[in-house]
Amino acid sequence: MTAISPASHQAARATSIVAAEARARARLRRRHALVIGLRLAILIVFLALWELGADHGVIDPFFFSSPSGIWEQIWSWVTEGTSQGPLWLQIYVTLEETFLGFAIGAVGGIAAGIILGRNKLLADVFSIYIKIANSVPRVVLGSVFIIALGLGMASKVALAVVMVFFVVFANAFQGVREADRAMIANAQILGASPYQITTTVIIPSAMSWILASLHVSFGFALVGAVVGEFLGAKQGMGLLISTAQGAFNANGVFAAMIILAVMALVVEFIITRFENYVVKWRPAPFNEQGT
Amino acid sequence: MQLQTMAAEKLSPAAAPADAAIAIDDVTLRFVTPDGHMMTAIRDFTMTVARGEFACVVGPTGCGKSTTLNLVTGLLRPTTGNVRVMGNPVTEISRDIGFVFQADALFPWRSVIDNVAAGPLYRGTPKAQAYDRARDWIARVGLARFEKHYPHQLSGGMRKRVALAQTFINQPKILLMDEPFSALDMQTRTAMQDELLGLWSELKSSVVFVTHDLEEAVALADKVYVLTAGPGTVKSVYRIDLPRPRVMADIRYDPKFIEIAKVIWNDLREEVQLGQSRGLQTGH
Repeated sequence: MTAISPASHQAARATSIVAAEARARARLRRRHALVIGLRLAILIVFLALWELGADHGVIDPFFFSSPSGIWEQIWSWVTEGTSQGPLWLQIYVTLEETFLGFAIGAVGGIAAGIILGRNKLLADVFSIYIKIANSVPRVVLGSVFIIALGLGMASKVALAVVMVFFVVFANAFQGVREADRAMIANAQILGASPYQITTTVIIPSAMSWILASLHVSFGFALVGAVVGEFLGAKQGMGLLISTAQGAFNANGVFAAMIILAVMALVVEFIITRFENYVVKWRPAPFNEQGT
Repeated sequence: MQLQTMAAEKLSPAAAPADAAIAIDDVTLRFVTPDGHMMTAIRDFTMTVARGEFACVVGPTGCGKSTTLNLVTGLLRPTTGNVRVMGNPVTEISRDIGFVFQADALFPWRSVIDNVAAGPLYRGTPKAQAYDRARDWIARVGLARFEKHYPHQLSGGMRKRVALAQTFINQPKILLMDEPFSALDMQTRTAMQDELLGLWSELKSSVVFVTHDLEEAVALADKVYVLTAGPGTVKSVYRIDLPRPRVMADIRYDPKFIEIAKVIWNDLREEVQLGQSRGLQTGH
């Protein structure tokens, strides 16, 4: 038996690796630029077609508005204020309702999910009621809340809470149930008390489920607040939309919609940041292209 | 007496001495399956592990090997018979027990050092002291440079080292291992077996090591329990008189080792075949 060693051309190999790496990096940069360029191009083409269509009578701007009309509406709201006061106040009111509802609903959902997830008997008993409550079309509850809680903030917050609660609850419950059995047994044998198991094993392992639900449910909280305002309010973005609708002001409806979308995106960005901070132990996703 | 010259002495099961670390005495365990049937996991099972002894349990798939470990932890209660650990009946999870799992049971959201410190922290050791000990154990398993890494950043073998440190930091008098190295490649497994024997010889724990790999069992153990196909019971017990310290990479070429492995394999083979034909019938 003879050992055979490969001949070495290490110096030559090293330079060719450096060159190959540089080429690969350049290729990645080019691709990134291409993705962003294409995204911008699609937006510009879309807006241009919309505007041209509105100008030439293909799209009726009375019903479907136009980019320039929407922009004028937003600009006039920013500079002159809306019919119900400054735009910032409307945004602030809606955000406040959304955040309060989101916070209360999320905390309640997480607590209920963990308690029922840890207690089989409670889960078996309550699951049927939660199913029933979840099948009620929750937007209808908005009317009940307005009757009971009035036109003020409370009715909108209540609607946002019920919108958020069930989503977060379902995810927290599932997350607790999916906690790895070997991991729980490991903690138990290492000496953890039931309370320590809940705080150091169950909650962290349910965390990615809970965070996933927070993304979705923030949108629901916003819908709850806006629909609540729609049904009856003195302030807020929902009222702005309903006023514009009453005046056949398509520009107003679209403008309010865009402002709401921007609000949702900004908060979504903040939640993603928070998520990355909380679950920094997770392996990085393999292909995060262009975000 | 041919058996004695072979270093694999077949033992007859005897009553447990009073000072045994683990005594499982004539235990049968049945449980009710979710669809209402009675299942017997193990029957008339008797096993004794002396203090400082390394016992391996081998048997075909599904014969209740892991069940025996859960009887010792107290996570499962025997239907009949009794289990004693360090002379006392098992009522709750003993602080003397350490358990290394087959699956990855590390906490993925904790760094290596936080994982290793978990045991002392759970048991109320002050934080500074717990982390000092954790640092010491991480160094002992050769991972000093990886204290701040998260489990997903480590290889399978490194994660097992963390699991060993996490278990050994509690200085368990009784160490239970459920096919701990079965997911590792051959080279890593050999290294981990050496690591385990090194730590064990320092700590002098009593070990029950469950495996389906007969060679692993013979290489590590003082005593090998061969189980029958389920419901499991002890088919035979062998004492392995290979000298210690043993070097895993070399021992499998030792003629004495090969001879012992052959003898036990003859015993185990028919159970494995029986287990497999049953598995085919029930569709597992």
